[in-house]
Amino acid sequence: MAPMPGLVIMAPMPGLVMMAPMPGLVIMAPMPGRGFLGGLMIGLAGVVMLLGNGRIAGVSGMAARVMGLAGGAPRVLAAAFIMGLPLGAGLVVLVSGGVATRFPASTGLLVLGGVLVGFGTRLGSGCTSGHGVCGLSRLSIRSMVATAGFMASGVVTVAAMRLLGVAW
Amino acid sequence: MVARQAGLGLFAGALFGAGLAMSGMADPARVRGFLDIFGAWDETLAFVMGGAIIPMAMAWRVQRRMRRPMLAASFTLPDTRDIDWRLGAGAVIFGLGWGIAGLCPGPAIADLAINPRPAALFVASMAGGMVLFRLINRP
Repeated sequence: MAPMPGLVIMAPMPGLVMMAPMPGLVIMAPMPGRGFLGGLMIGLAGVVMLLGNGRIAGVSGMAARVMGLAGGAPRVLAAAFIMGLPLGAGLVVLVSGGVATRFPASTGLLVLGGVLVGFGTRLGSGCTSGHGVCGLSRLSIRSMVATAGFMASGVVTVAAMRLLGVAW
Repeated sequence: MVARQAGLGLFAGALFGAGLAMSGMADPARVRGFLDIFGAWDETLAFVMGGAIIPMAMAWRVQRRMRRPMLAASFTLPDTRDIDWRLGAGAVIFGLGWGIAGLCPGPAIADLAINPRPAALFVASMAGGMVLFRLINRP
């Protein structure tokens, strides 16, 4: 593969997302470049929410709002944002022909992880998007503490699972 | 006003979801790879975070000079300043679940369109966790 940072124009390779903005031109970027591009899109989504709607693009808060568990944005706005997430991801799947994901095979790990993520993000008032992207970029001390907390906790959890032999 | 806000919200959500799918963050195994600093560390997510924070940091500078957002009467932004046990404990519990499953709320919901079966199980459990919090923490 061409050792070029950012975008590379080349033939398909398994496991990589391809974008075809026009027929005959396949633009794709190798990982970490593609990670940076995807990150820019996530950041721009946050910019649109902030400067357009005057709100934080925080997924856990808006999910709770949709379920009627929290106040905040107009419910129809929260629902539209939440529905947009699989819509945008689905469009990338359509354009690229597939996005590689590997989930834990264990139902128990998915359920346990889900319950902890749901409970923890409510108790801590935010997740990776609200604290990690919007709050850090705002230089919010609260968000810095939260982000350091969930990063450290995640690192310790993955290391502990490796030691216990339950890594996947 | 609210209809236009919702339309813009749908666009922002779709852009967010597409970014998650593009960036590799929709892949739970890759996310766990980022957290696996004592094992086979995958640095991709540091680039995702960097890419997301740069435009947002610029937007906060613009926001300070705007009297109101484009589609709403005023900005509605968090003004809490307290660093309390809730913030810390919530972050630690969230990180525990994030490390176990490799999923946080945004990617989990976006994954409904990529790998629906396990994503739906996780999202339903996450909703359960949010309901549980509400039950033991009535306002």
